[in-house]
Amino acid sequence: MLLYATRRFGLALLILIVAVTVMFLMIRAVPGDPVQIMLGPRATPELQARLTAELALDQPIWKQLLIFYGNLMQGDLGIDVFSGRSVTEIVFQQLPHTLWLILGSITWSATLGIALGAYAAAHPNTVIDRVTAAISVSFVAAPAFVVALLSLLIFAVNLQWFPAIGAGEGFWGRLNHLVLPAFAIGLSWVGYIARLVRASMLEVMGESHIRTARAFGIHERRVVMVYALRIAILPVVTVIGVGMGFLLSSAVFAEIVFARPGLGKLVIDSITTRNYPIVMGSVLISTGLFVVSTALADLINAWLDPRARTAA
Amino acid sequence: MAKSRSELGQIIHGVARDPLGLMGLIIVGTIVFCAIFAYWIVPFDPVGMNIKSRLQGPSWTHLLGTDQLGRDTFSRVIAGGQVALQVALPAVFGAMAIGLTLGMIAGYGPKWLDNLLMLFFDTIRSFPTVMFALAVVALVGPSLQTVVFVVMATSIPTYGRVARTQTLTLRNSEFILAERSMGASMKRILGVHMLPNIVGVLAVLAAMDIPTVIALEAGLSFLGLGVKPPTPSWGALLKDGYSLIRQTPWLVVGGGLPIILATLGFTFLGESLRDVVDPKLRKQR
Repeated sequence: MLLYATRRFGLALLILIVAVTVMFLMIRAVPGDPVQIMLGPRATPELQARLTAELALDQPIWKQLLIFYGNLMQGDLGIDVFSGRSVTEIVFQQLPHTLWLILGSITWSATLGIALGAYAAAHPNTVIDRVTAAISVSFVAAPAFVVALLSLLIFAVNLQWFPAIGAGEGFWGRLNHLVLPAFAIGLSWVGYIARLVRASMLEVMGESHIRTARAFGIHERRVVMVYALRIAILPVVTVIGVGMGFLLSSAVFAEIVFARPGLGKLVIDSITTRNYPIVMGSVLISTGLFVVSTALADLINAWLDPRARTAA
Repeated sequence: MAKSRSELGQIIHGVARDPLGLMGLIIVGTIVFCAIFAYWIVPFDPVGMNIKSRLQGPSWTHLLGTDQLGRDTFSRVIAGGQVALQVALPAVFGAMAIGLTLGMIAGYGPKWLDNLLMLFFDTIRSFPTVMFALAVVALVGPSLQTVVFVVMATSIPTYGRVARTQTLTLRNSEFILAERSMGASMKRILGVHMLPNIVGVLAVLAAMDIPTVIALEAGLSFLGLGVKPPTPSWGALLKDGYSLIRQTPWLVVGGGLPIILATLGFTFLGESLRDVVDPKLRKQR
């Protein structure tokens, strides 16, 4: 297990290094003077000189990369050219909003999805199973930002059940503001997880330890809920970990539609004001988040199911 | 595709027998038909403004109403389908072709090359798609080509990985070993014997990938970072609809429904295709 964990995190680190290097080179590969591009119309000579020195643009490219990594190790993602504040500080100020949104979305959708999937698998080919399957496909089909817009239209503008903009104040205010965006992001996951759990549940139900449990006269409900479900939800862990990228992507749209603070709103606002250091900082942080969560999902999977350790 | 005509006919027949598959076929067929013949179908010029009749509700003249510039929403929805397919088809087929080539090289080539390509795939996959798209758009500016490029780049790994797995499995199958023992060249083994066995699986994947791509194009256009106005795109419709959401619901409905329909259609079609082409795959999802 320790060996697997070391190897898995080693791979994650390698991927992260390559990804960051690619990002770094991408910025440098853009035709034109990077300082001019980053500063845009705000480029005063002294700002230009400061940024040139900061990015070490007068140095050879490999040295620039080393300096970039040196700063990164110290948690320094550069300075916001507009306000002069540290990019790290700005990004981490917005990050919690996005993380809460993602957590809220995945909590409700995983709970409902697992329940639906387990129920459908325990009663295969009944009406409820068919209905669940049909709903699942339709839910999977709805892109988060379309659901966000339609729910904004129906529940916030027309029915006025929930607030349309902002993140709210206080616990209940925040929760109230979280409902619609979390609904929009989570909806497609309900169907996806339900289908996943149903498939893996049906497979598990045919295994010998379930037959043994039944032979021992254990109550059917206990067999399903405890013995089968425990193994059947394994793929969900991986899918959520790997799905972190999709969740982050959906969060960008949900934040824009509901005018919520967060990483996505920060990136979009920074693109419109051509504030490149913040765009790059946010993309870096979200990539890091994604890589780590994928690795963690693999680790949890390996911990729960020893067979997965040798497969990778 | 190396499928003979009768085989292709069999596949279409199989898909049409499945009720969901038939529905998918009809929806996709309608979208493709509307996209090809868009300029004969649209009742109004999709970019033609008419300030006098702005922000109207649905009527017999304007089936889905008009937007803030008096443009006919129905016409824009139809023309938007054309833009959606213009992005989705080249992006998906490009990604499939590159992914297929790289995946087969990874699966058949030496171990070090395999490792290198897998690292490449994993790296691309490590960027959250939309974040990567935003970074690229921020650097090179929004355009149709940028969207196609981003979508292609981010979906290469999916095809590459599947192609690699298939190649690895096929590599040790008896008919390939037989070919090798008879001294067939690598080009012949990969091109003539392996390719037809991999393309089918990837085609299914591509059908299921198209809605994701359409949604991404619409999403970027919604953010104002995809196709430029006044090009009618479903995402651009949603963008206008969002800013006018308190005045008229019809722009959001007009932009949102085709995206959901297209997603449903391609998903049904893809799942049905998968069951017909390779029933074994069903378990893997």
